Amino acid sequence: MFRLPADKLNEFFAAIASAQSLYIPVDGDDGRASYKKWTEGTALSKALNTVRSAKDFFFPQTTDICDFNMNGKNIEIIDNRTESEDFVIFGVRACDARSFTILDKVFLAEPIDTYYATRREHGTVITMACTEPEENCFCGVFGIDAAAPEGDAACWMTEDSLYIKANTEKGEKFIESIKSMLEECDSSAVDAQKAKTKEILEKLPFANVSTDYFRKNTLLDIFGSEHWKKLSESCLGCGTCTFVCPTCQCYDIKDYDTGHGIKRYRTWDSCMYSDFTRMAHGNSRNSQVERFRQRFMHKLVYFPDNNNGEFGCVGCGRCLSRCPISMNIIKVIKTFGEE
Amino acid sequence: MQEAVIKRAKELLADGSVNRVVGWKAGEFAYDTTPAVFTSAEELDAGFIYNDFCAPNLSKYIIKESRKEGKLLVFLKPCDTYSFNQLVKEHRIIRENVYIIAVPCTGKVDVDTVKSKGIKGITGMTSDGENVTITTLYGEKTMPKSETLGDKCRTCKSKKHVIFDEIIGDDGEVNTDGARFELVEKLEMMTPDERYDFWRNELSKCIRCNACRNVCPACTCESCVFDNPNSGIQQRAATDSFEENMFHLIRSFHVAGRCTDCGECTRVCPQNIPLHLINRKYIKDINEFYGDYQAGSDLETRAPLNDYTFDDCEPSIVYKRGGNE
Amino acid sequence: MQVNETKEFRPKIVAFCCNWCSYAGADLAGTNRLNYPADVKIIRVPCSCRVNPMFILRAFQRGADGVIMCGCHPGDCHYTSGNYFARRRMTLLFSMLDFMGIERERTRVEWVSAAEGAKFAATMNEFVETVTKLGENKRLEDLRCKKQ
Repeated sequence: MFRLPADKLNEFFAAIASAQSLYIPVDGDDGRASYKKWTEGTALSKALNTVRSAKDFFFPQTTDICDFNMNGKNIEIIDNRTESEDFVIFGVRACDARSFTILDKVFLAEPIDTYYATRREHGTVITMACTEPEENCFCGVFGIDAAAPEGDAACWMTEDSLYIKANTEKGEKFIESIKSMLEECDSSAVDAQKAKTKEILEKLPFANVSTDYFRKNTLLDIFGSEHWKKLSESCLGCGTCTFVCPTCQCYDIKDYDTGHGIKRYRTWDSCMYSDFTRMAHGNSRNSQVERFRQRFMHKLVYFPDNNNGEFGCVGCGRCLSRCPISMNIIKVIKTFGEE
Repeated sequence: MQEAVIKRAKELLADGSVNRVVGWKAGEFAYDTTPAVFTSAEELDAGFIYNDFCAPNLSKYIIKESRKEGKLLVFLKPCDTYSFNQLVKEHRIIRENVYIIAVPCTGKVDVDTVKSKGIKGITGMTSDGENVTITTLYGEKTMPKSETLGDKCRTCKSKKHVIFDEIIGDDGEVNTDGARFELVEKLEMMTPDERYDFWRNELSKCIRCNACRNVCPACTCESCVFDNPNSGIQQRAATDSFEENMFHLIRSFHVAGRCTDCGECTRVCPQNIPLHLINRKYIKDINEFYGDYQAGSDLETRAPLNDYTFDDCEPSIVYKRGGNE
Repeated sequence: MQVNETKEFRPKIVAFCCNWCSYAGADLAGTNRLNYPADVKIIRVPCSCRVNPMFILRAFQRGADGVIMCGCHPGDCHYTSGNYFARRRMTLLFSMLDFMGIERERTRVEWVSAAEGAKFAATMNEFVETVTKLGENKRLEDLRCKKQ
């Protein structure tokens, strides 16, 4: 474990940014945090988390795939991928760090998604332990420790110091590159912070929410449940929950006619939309009940079924705070759990 | 208030005048209320609430609900009644199937506004109408309710109910102080460059989640042009700054003259974009060019864009009026 | 993007002309051999009321630097009232574009009758001049549609 005096934070950022692009959570003029590229004078946000998740770095909302140029009867296909730059994301929370593991299972499984893989190779994830979790947090439900986050290297911030510890080879290499600024230390201060955070985590309103129901019951029982109709009644069918979600990974591939060629790109899609999975024969899910059910079945049933029981949710709480009508995964889990 | 509302709902359910009630359901915390349909007295007791945290506008739900079997009861706040009226006028709601009870509103607490004051970990909130007491994981705080209101309520257009079958409490007055246009005026006085920068900064945050569209009581097309693969503008995401502009320009234009200024678009925007300013600009322009008009205030008048007079102003008025060159 | 520095900027102008008056007006300008810049591309519409705000935006998206809509004089609409509706619509749209900081001179409405060939040519000359002064449309452009 290494230590950096807190007043040297700016120099620390400058040192990282001199070698590669550095992104940190920054407060916007409305007080909401988002990841911004660090430049001299950029201050680290004190907010618990960013409104948008960190998945943007590896799986951006839109990715250009290729261009087609039409020349008479010939179609020229242009791969417009540019070499991706090395970058560091600093201040990722434990929930978002876990979301990368979940996304990896989707995008790095055969066939490997090379767009995602390239970004993943070039990115170093530096996480930051939480000290003040909020009421919407429930990462503990999915076995995530907010006080000891994953990621290539993890950080803990105290009043006077930043502590950093490598979790992976990439993290070690990162620490090596800035070692001159750091001093070695023991983990007593971090342990004290962890213990304090753990106390708060145990008191969180959703600390004891149980997902047992989804383990004990069969897919078909849950799928056919009466609850879905009632739960989905108020759903507006917007895509807010899916777009702020760090683990939602569905996308659509579209062509855009520029008048002199075609741009093929992929964009996030949302299972809440009426035209999601529309095919030549029509749509497989025609009502909002089915679409609503799909989202939660995916996270709580289908994904674990295919991934050794790991749920497709990290408990970041973004959908809880952003849903226009406050219908969310906790309400779904609780409704089933009460049965 | 809540007791009176539940009592009346139970009476109407019991005597068979209605077979379901559309209202707000309590959530995990005081502030996360969800619109819901209640069909029995037990359900009402278990979850129905009406308090200072019931911000969602229920009018849009009635489009679907009023087409179902039997009569329904809905509780409407003053601003919801405008949306409701507008939807009746556009033949989207079957009025005969709805029994409306008007409920008074003194502004709704917006949790994001509270959070923006640096209050973290809110596990509970209560309001006595004057002050809001907030319990958090890190202690208890109290602040005046006026400081907790969202954009939607800070400049309330009216406390008067424009349509109802019965009313609980007293009816309010239409607010005519024009304070809701202050920000629009401020923007108008800026230079085009400043305005451009302002909107680029705001609209570039858009993630095209469609929350503004789907919550909007004026956006009731069966199939939206932005969802139609044959429209040529079906977008999943704003892949270019032009598309960010276009979505909001077209959406706001489509509701121009029909937007009742309920402010739901801004309330639900996950990126905190002041979308209501776009709609208010249209309302302000309509008022200035074609005379005062409040969408949803009655069932008879023609919408300004479905109407004309021979001596309307020419589009060139735009070059001559307000703002800096 | 490659920009030919020596080449002087020529704006792309889209003119929506109603079939009954303005398009005939443009025709008259032609038969009278009146000059107006070739930068103006006319799109014929049945009535000025046919012009959806989306048309205006799409023109800008596809590379127009200025968009002008021409219709029958108020009172002379072939369909009685089409241009009255169009007038309200365009007034509000232009005001909104201005509100968003888009240069207000890039959009215009002119009423041109079938007999006003001279007015058509003069209007176009003047509009092209105005837009030329403003330069390329940057604020409502779609980068994907620009030729590399």
